[in-house]
Amino acid sequence: MNQTATTEQSGTGAQLELVDVVKQYPGQKNPAVGGLSLTVELGETVMFVGPSGCGKTTSLKMINRLIEPDSGRILIDGEDITAHDPTRLRRSIGYVIQGGGLLPHMTVADNVGLVPGLLSWDRDRTAGRVDELLDMVGLDPKVYRDRFPKELSGGQQQRVGVARGLAADPPVVLMDEPFGAVDPITRQRLQDELMSIQEELRKTIVCVTHDIDEAIKLGDRILILREGARIAQYDTPETVLASPADDFVADFIGSGSKLKQLTLQRVGELELSRPQTCRVGEPVAEVVSRVEAAGERSVVVLDERSRPREWLFLRTLAQHRTVPAPDHALQTVVDHRSTLSDALDAMLVSSHGGAMVTGSRDRYLGVISYDTVTAHIQGQQKEAL
Amino acid sequence: MVQFIDARWTDILFQSYQHFSLVVQSLLLATVVAVALAALVTSREGLAPVANTVSAVGLTIPSFALLGLLLPLVGIGAVPAVLLVTFYAALPVLRNTVVGLQGVDAGLVEAARGQGMSDAAVFWRVRLPLAWPVVMTGVRVSAQMSMGVAAIAAYALGPGLGTYIFTGLAQAGGANALNSALVGTVGIVLLALVLDAVLVLLSRLTTPEGITV
Repeated sequence: MNQTATTEQSGTGAQLELVDVVKQYPGQKNPAVGGLSLTVELGETVMFVGPSGCGKTTSLKMINRLIEPDSGRILIDGEDITAHDPTRLRRSIGYVIQGGGLLPHMTVADNVGLVPGLLSWDRDRTAGRVDELLDMVGLDPKVYRDRFPKELSGGQQQRVGVARGLAADPPVVLMDEPFGAVDPITRQRLQDELMSIQEELRKTIVCVTHDIDEAIKLGDRILILREGARIAQYDTPETVLASPADDFVADFIGSGSKLKQLTLQRVGELELSRPQTCRVGEPVAEVVSRVEAAGERSVVVLDERSRPREWLFLRTLAQHRTVPAPDHALQTVVDHRSTLSDALDAMLVSSHGGAMVTGSRDRYLGVISYDTVTAHIQGQQKEAL
Repeated sequence: MVQFIDARWTDILFQSYQHFSLVVQSLLLATVVAVALAALVTSREGLAPVANTVSAVGLTIPSFALLGLLLPLVGIGAVPAVLLVTFYAALPVLRNTVVGLQGVDAGLVEAARGQGMSDAAVFWRVRLPLAWPVVMTGVRVSAQMSMGVAAIAAYALGPGLGTYIFTGLAQAGGANALNSALVGTVGIVLLALVLDAVLVLLSRLTTPEGITV
């Protein structure tokens, strides 16, 4: 996503422009947003980051006019939206918030179909769209369509929230700390999924986050704001990391910026190793002889759809007659679009010094080892010197 | 006692029906008025405390006194009865609806507006459904209270079981005074229990599925 975004690319997004936008809350000395000007190119993802109270959320909410700007213009594809009816405007801008913000008394399908319903789509079209989107965010429509939000986990609710934001195919999508309310492992998965959705849809996304790592991972550009929503730096993650504009930015991205380069590189860019694999249900004796013949001590277990399920040492496997289907969720799997930083996280809980890597539809691609990653980092450091 | 009831069986049933009907119709009217008022009150900053004070003060007005004030204005009969019951029934519904609407998560309301719902849509499709269980609790409180208030309405020649109570009071010491008062009182208690059961059922049926616990 960092590499592919350019203005020439055709996409379903729209160009977004803020011109000298000001918001002053009554009773406060300084404006919350003091003259923000900014252009977001079509199909780009821009991450708004900054310390709390810097006006990043206020800026976001002025784009769909949940907060009315005092002055300035906001243009979508050159058209000034401050003159539009705000209710109609909001139907044409996706809005995803922390925790999903699902309406608890409506089913998943009704939540996702909310905006199509407001736009008076016919039933069949809405139902088709709902299923399509649930599928896209990784929820089986047959299972989840008729559930209520309280019957979903936090991560699932957030997925539905993303689906709802995309339902009416809006050119611009606003996200307010979209993954702030879920645990780190779920967050990483949701980020990966958003990246693959964005790879396909190329929306114009404005996303507020307080997490600089998330900004570096997801953003084509990062907007770092200081108090009053004054721009400290607005540039690509690579540039922000390599040459922070001033001390404020340098402090904000933190001292580990060398390490943060890890969040710019994807697992898929490195060479994967391919240890022996076996299928659930195979006779253990055959597997053991095959793996030992290859001179290895462990084996990756795949299921019938080639998804990795487990990574076992032979001595553990030898307790069974056929390869067992594991009953617990794996934590040592990363998507090929995951960052090296995510991969290192996953490796920490692995006893094999590596993480299994999956491609589209969770298919097994190979294994990324700790040694590969460290060798890569050292290589880069030498280059830098 | 048995004789007393036996002799007036059809009249008792008729008055019970009238009593029940008075309460249900007034309750319905009161709920509509109260929800409308609550919607208005919660949409403007600073009006909600006013509404709460009004409902608290309103409930302290003795119903007899209010009836006395109404009679010169609207005369006797069913009209003052309906006005009286509706006035008292509206107060708990108003208070509960205000509390219920204010209890709806502001973030959720903003999320709904952010999707492009109009203020009317947000009210009918988000705020009211989510506040509904609290509203219905108010309706149940109102129903119980209205049963008693409706008895007072009989003083203005309104319909209902209150007639028996006032007859009993008027003939105090007389042969059937106690029977009359008892029939009125027990009848009202029974009606109140029936209405409450109906409302509990109604509340269950009308509460959106996703927010039941």
